[in-house]
Amino acid sequence: MRDLRFGYGDRDVLQGVNLVVPRGKVVAIMGGSGCGKTTLMRLIGGQLKPRGGELKVCGQSVPALDREGLYALRRRMSMLFQFGALFTDMSVFDNVAFPMREHTALSEPIVRDLVLMKLHAVGLRGAAQLLPSELSGGMARRVALARAIALDPELMMYDEPFAGLDPISLGVIGQLIRKLNDALGASSIVVTHDVHESLQIVDYIYFLSEGKVVAEGTPDEIRASTDPWVHQFVWGEADGPVPFQVAAEPYETALLGVSRA
Amino acid sequence: MSVLQGIGARTTAAVWHLGFATRFFVAVLLASGTSFRRIHLTLREVYFSGVLSLVIIMVSGLFVGMVLGLQGYDTLARYGSEEALGVLVALSLVRELGPVVAGLLFASRAGSAITAEIGLMKATEQLDAMDMMAVNPIARVVAPRFWGGVISMPLLAALFSAMGVLGGYIVGVVLIGTDTGSFWGQMQASVDFKRDILNGVVKSVVFGVAVSWVAVFEGYDSDATAEGVSRATTRTVVTSSLAILGLDFILTSLMFRG
Repeated sequence: MRDLRFGYGDRDVLQGVNLVVPRGKVVAIMGGSGCGKTTLMRLIGGQLKPRGGELKVCGQSVPALDREGLYALRRRMSMLFQFGALFTDMSVFDNVAFPMREHTALSEPIVRDLVLMKLHAVGLRGAAQLLPSELSGGMARRVALARAIALDPELMMYDEPFAGLDPISLGVIGQLIRKLNDALGASSIVVTHDVHESLQIVDYIYFLSEGKVVAEGTPDEIRASTDPWVHQFVWGEADGPVPFQVAAEPYETALLGVSRA
Repeated sequence: MSVLQGIGARTTAAVWHLGFATRFFVAVLLASGTSFRRIHLTLREVYFSGVLSLVIIMVSGLFVGMVLGLQGYDTLARYGSEEALGVLVALSLVRELGPVVAGLLFASRAGSAITAEIGLMKATEQLDAMDMMAVNPIARVVAPRFWGGVISMPLLAALFSAMGVLGGYIVGVVLIGTDTGSFWGQMQASVDFKRDILNGVVKSVVFGVAVSWVAVFEGYDSDATAEGVSRATTRTVVTSSLAILGLDFILTSLMFRG
């Protein structure tokens, strides 16, 4: 994507983002809450239209596609939503089989074998007949991952895949993202806050702030970075380029003003 | 001036909302092919909207018919026309009470459930996930629920009327002792298939379309929060109940104006 711009009404969310996701690589997009990370993924998926700039996926300009073209492109990509977004009225098996049944003419015995293979890949073959309500958060995320790879996509997008997970589940999901990407020969975009897990599994990182890419680099470059913004984010410092205090009148003025009143 | 601006803003918002609902309705109709090509999707919704509403519809129909039997007998007895009880019960049910009360119950039981289900699917990003899988959620989720409601409603109204007639029979004939032959004979002679029964069926189909449209639209248009889904569910019951009563007046005036 080149010089990508997007906004709601008068508010600019993205102000000229430049970003490349090479084939076969896992790229992380990081930034504080509300910096436009999820918006960026929805733009890539064609759920939102940009105000300007260029956005190409698999060589096709996403904003220029009509609904049929967009659906054809979406069959080549996949998205893992923050909390899995599993269909609650279907079993784990049917959730994973859903994309196959919708988009292919495969017979049920083949669908069954493929679903079991996908579930085996995420370690949940034994949970095939459970309902989403019977799964833990980490298991639901793994089922969603199995569903996301059901049609062997070329581009995988992960929206906060580590949010709310215990350390074991977090490590499992992180490793699955890396291994599945390599096994499928796909490209992956991981939108996340989790710096330490991401640095272990991704090939490249973009930092987003106020709608712009403020820093980028490989995990080693990010660890060694002296950029104050990157330093604050990676080490979780409360104050820095992203201020701890929300913009307000001077503290003394506020307190004295209150005491006089 | 601010009062006028407020009225203007609310009017504009209401017209915009109605326009959006109409466009949504057209989108549902255009995406309805899947509902019939993959009929099991629609039949599943007929089960959830129709079969699971059977108990409330049949019990309500029975009691409404029993009350009609009591009230009707009391009124007719004043004029010495007790033998016309069957006609009174049957006409009241097939023309008015069957479609209207079944419609109101359907809106409360099935309409609210459809809204809540679609609203929660939206709130938990299930609809977004489906859309990202290149599966149109209006075709896959909304249209089968809409048609499930449209198919269920006339069947439920018919069952409501049938149970009501049974209730009227139990009270009028079994308990009070009106003549069985008069009860059924006068009913058969006076209830006209086209004028009474068919018009009642038309009403129930129209109510089915109205309730199902309101239910799927409110669910799809709900705010993606728990509070948003709750409000949408309430709006479904209120809007579809008012729609049923308003449409009933219009249809009755068109069908039975003499």
